[in-house]
Amino acid sequence: MAEAGGALVNLSHDLGVWVAALLTLFILSFLYKDNPLYKLAEHLFVGISAGYYIVLNFWTVVMPNLYDPLMRSFTGRDPVTHAVVLQPGGPFQGSLGDYRGWLLLPALLGVLLFTRMVTKIEWVSRWSLAMIIGVYAGLKTTGFAQGDLVAQAQGSLQPLWTGELWAGVNAILFTIGLVSSLLFFFYSREHKGALGVAARTGIVFLMVSFGAGYGYTVMSRLSLLIGRFQFLLEDWLGIR
Amino acid sequence: MNLAALEKLDRRWLFLIVGLLVLGPLLRPLGLPLGSSKPVKMFHDAVAGIPDGAIVLMSCDYDPGAKPEVVPMTRTAFRQLMEKRCRVVITCLWPGGPSLVDQTIESVANEMRAQGHDLVYGRDYVDLGYKAGYEAVMVLMGKGIANAFPQDQRGNSTASLPLMRNVRDYSSFAMLVNISSGYPGTKEWVQQVNSRFHLPMVSGCTAVSAPEYYPYLQSGQLKGLLGGMAGAAEYEKLRGEKGAATKGMDAQSLAHAFIALCIIAGNIVQWQKRGARS
Repeated sequence: MAEAGGALVNLSHDLGVWVAALLTLFILSFLYKDNPLYKLAEHLFVGISAGYYIVLNFWTVVMPNLYDPLMRSFTGRDPVTHAVVLQPGGPFQGSLGDYRGWLLLPALLGVLLFTRMVTKIEWVSRWSLAMIIGVYAGLKTTGFAQGDLVAQAQGSLQPLWTGELWAGVNAILFTIGLVSSLLFFFYSREHKGALGVAARTGIVFLMVSFGAGYGYTVMSRLSLLIGRFQFLLEDWLGIR
Repeated sequence: MNLAALEKLDRRWLFLIVGLLVLGPLLRPLGLPLGSSKPVKMFHDAVAGIPDGAIVLMSCDYDPGAKPEVVPMTRTAFRQLMEKRCRVVITCLWPGGPSLVDQTIESVANEMRAQGHDLVYGRDYVDLGYKAGYEAVMVLMGKGIANAFPQDQRGNSTASLPLMRNVRDYSSFAMLVNISSGYPGTKEWVQQVNSRFHLPMVSGCTAVSAPEYYPYLQSGQLKGLLGGMAGAAEYEKLRGEKGAATKGMDAQSLAHAFIALCIIAGNIVQWQKRGARS
């Protein structure tokens, strides 16, 4: 333990903390200039992340959501506890939430994705991709329609005067901003005359929103730096 | 005053100044004043309004990249829920997040146990961990939570956990507390769950995504919103806590002021150049 600038320094004895601290410093060293230590940390991150995601998905998705239910369906025993599991109706008597042997279908679609590694049959993987794209396009479209389009349109329809001064001013500003911003994106006529005035007003509102977005982005990035410094000071150097 | 020389300034000086402005207040806190904005109060009040003992879904959709912003929110929200004796089901839709989330939740639970709270894993809170599939998982959970998460983060069968015997689908929850740092996160929960299953929802998010979520707050789809470290610090203040977010706000304020000065100086330089050209 030593004293530095009035603060007690108590270096960590945890190897993991030291590794994390050194890797943090290696990454921060890029701010001075590109260097081999930064490259080492970057490559370590990419490699470890890839391995981590594969293992994580295997143990949290493939095993509990595919392998275990299939084993239960075809052997009649729980693969973890080895207890007998009743399967009335057989392995293909599925129902909502209990898909049993029908899980072979998504398993097959998953396996087909790997045909991309064989040039002659790589086209087969498009069946699985078509399924994935179709499902997500459907989910996204309905989700957007319900959550954004309808709900936001409803939220935009608000009374301009409620009897309260600032609420009224806020509602009027909101409406002007909404309409003028929308008009800025109306390109079927040249932005001249009244449309030009409205479009220029829209630009002002858009600029304000970009400014707010920029400020929040700065806050996010600074938070990351603060978090790393807090880690270095508190967890590594033990200054509290 | 001619600021044209600033154009040739090595950007590493700016990095150094920002670094020092962040480091200084972390070593010697300034105690700058901190208020509480309306969205943060709404978040706090919405959580406070949940009936005591109700079951709450808490989806922590982030990874260590957003730790300084979202972990303080997670800690404060989980503590507030536990103090209300709510029972909390935790999920994570980000592959890099489950260990961090479990560690965070468990550290809060241990702190509360040390203060005399009787908290039992499986009875009072459950961490269902990560599941791949983004929006598909959200929709699948609507058909049954155990369908999507047959096992919890610790390898237990979900059906064997006492708390999960009272959880069927979204209708079992009083509220969704979403802590999010991007995709999938608050936007997807609003689109797939709040609008379809009408589950009341509050959100804590990274600052960079906050402007995107304010329209949801205005439309009433979100009952409260914490935006970034500032939101987390304000929430800590409302709860009477002094966590990592509060400690970081002095540094945040100084660095922001410096960046604002840089923007003003940059604009002056450009005006001067434009004036010289004309």
